[in-house]
Amino acid sequence: MSERITRDEVVHVARLARLRLTDTEIDRFTEQLGDVLNHAADVESLDVGDVSPTSHPLPLVNVVRLDQLVESLDRSELLAQAPFAEAGQFRVPPVLGEEP
Amino acid sequence: MSAIDIAAAVRTGNRSAVDVLDEHLNRIDERESEIHAFNLVLAEEARVQAEAIDAKVAAGEDPGPLAGVPVALKDNMCTRGIPTTCSSKILEGWIPPYDATVVTRLADAGAVFVGKTNLDEFAMGSSTENSAFGATHNPLDITRVPGGSSGGSAASVAAGFAALGIGSDTGGSVRQPAAFCGVVGMKPTYGAVSRYGLIAFASSLDQIGPFAADVADAATLFDVIAGHDPLDTTSIVDFIPSATASLDLGVEGLRVGVVQELSGGVGSVQGISPDVIARTRVAVEALAAAGAVVDEVSVPSAPLGLSAYYLVAPAEASSNLARYDGVRFGLRVDADTTGEMNTATRTAGFGEEVKRRIMLGTYALSAGYYDAFYGKALKVRTMMLDDFASVYQKFDVLITPTAPTTAFPLGERSADPMTMYVNDVCTIPSNLVGHPGISVPFGVGDDGLPVGVQVLAPATHDAQTFRVGAVLEAAAKEEVTS
Repeated sequence: MSERITRDEVVHVARLARLRLTDTEIDRFTEQLGDVLNHAADVESLDVGDVSPTSHPLPLVNVVRLDQLVESLDRSELLAQAPFAEAGQFRVPPVLGEEP
Repeated sequence: MSAIDIAAAVRTGNRSAVDVLDEHLNRIDERESEIHAFNLVLAEEARVQAEAIDAKVAAGEDPGPLAGVPVALKDNMCTRGIPTTCSSKILEGWIPPYDATVVTRLADAGAVFVGKTNLDEFAMGSSTENSAFGATHNPLDITRVPGGSSGGSAASVAAGFAALGIGSDTGGSVRQPAAFCGVVGMKPTYGAVSRYGLIAFASSLDQIGPFAADVADAATLFDVIAGHDPLDTTSIVDFIPSATASLDLGVEGLRVGVVQELSGGVGSVQGISPDVIARTRVAVEALAAAGAVVDEVSVPSAPLGLSAYYLVAPAEASSNLARYDGVRFGLRVDADTTGEMNTATRTAGFGEEVKRRIMLGTYALSAGYYDAFYGKALKVRTMMLDDFASVYQKFDVLITPTAPTTAFPLGERSADPMTMYVNDVCTIPSNLVGHPGISVPFGVGDDGLPVGVQVLAPATHDAQTFRVGAVLEAAAKEEVTS
């Protein structure tokens, strides 16, 4: 079985997805994602020519409404569900100065 | 007692909603410890609802078409003031500030919510084993899985904990557990039931659907929850549900196609059990005996559905689940910077299957692989839409098994994701194309456990699935009594 996804790729994808994996998890995911991608070879190898893609089962249209004030959810109630809120805003640790 | 009978008895004052509730809560007391259908039993809240229904009846007001009917709600639908977990640690402590539209509609119809049911975390799974709170067991055999991801709702109906259940179906998550637990489960046309307040897994595939002990009850529930909702931009504007009106139409002259690729016929996908294939054949013969015109039909792209689904669904999930970052709701694991906090929170909060799917989706969408995987999968969706459109020129409905096997033992497939994913091979196509499908119990397999037969129909022809389902149900009953 050819290697569909490398260990390094798994580490890279985990970083993109903001997940930290243990060495055991990296090994396991490398194998398991490889299995799924091997199965997906039937789709990958398909000659689809000029078939157009379908991202959604319905023809999507913009939905608009009149620009009128309606009741909305209460801000303090929403902020009460945040792990950390202050002065009507979500509070997070420092962002500036981080690696991107 | 069926949901229809309960509502009739409560509406006429022959039975109190509180009495109905107590009967169901008693069953929960007796068996919930071995089944674990619920993340949360809402005994007190349900009693308040039931008392309000009884007060309405006493005052001569209309208590609604589902008056006093106990409903089990999958725990990925928002309930104002009541925790909603998606069976995930990452939503720990979160209490939704609003109700999902289905919740509002059911409450307005007089339904009583007995509990929030267990699911595979974020609805990702086919066995309800991927729950952060432990697996649900099949009420018919507690050593087996109930199916998934809506296993808790299916088990609730099968065990008599609730007369009706609500699930969500992204790749078969209502129909497959219905088949495993011997109840009726239905996935509506995409856009027929509002997704407002359903916590998103894969937005172009997710649909909320009904569970019930029989087809008539499922139709009644469908007619209550379906219909346009301005809060869901993908809700079909002119969809008028008519499931109950179609139940007695019969199948005389109806053109029924058996999908050979999903039923053990020519070019069939592997792994469908001979006993399941045999039961499906008997179901088809029953439809023919009832006057339907039956033939084999090929949907050439159907076998590609599995791969396409396991690229599209994880891709959409990886995007939808980006919102769980420890900022606005649920769990936060503190760290020195926001980036580290995001990573620490997601690493601690998500279970293994959710991580696997986020990884798979992120990979399928990443530079260099997008065209080969995600892009190709979207083209497969077009091919499937075209294939079904051409098949439905000649047929009104299609038949397949619901799942390749009956309920399998707990733990048997949890170590190998791909063997778990194959469970969904018969149900996935209708999600990819947005069409409706119903699973109706049709006898048992070699192991004595229920087999589900699936009826598929074109988009917005939801009523047809109930119509054919009613005939199958009657045939299955007749088979048992004769």
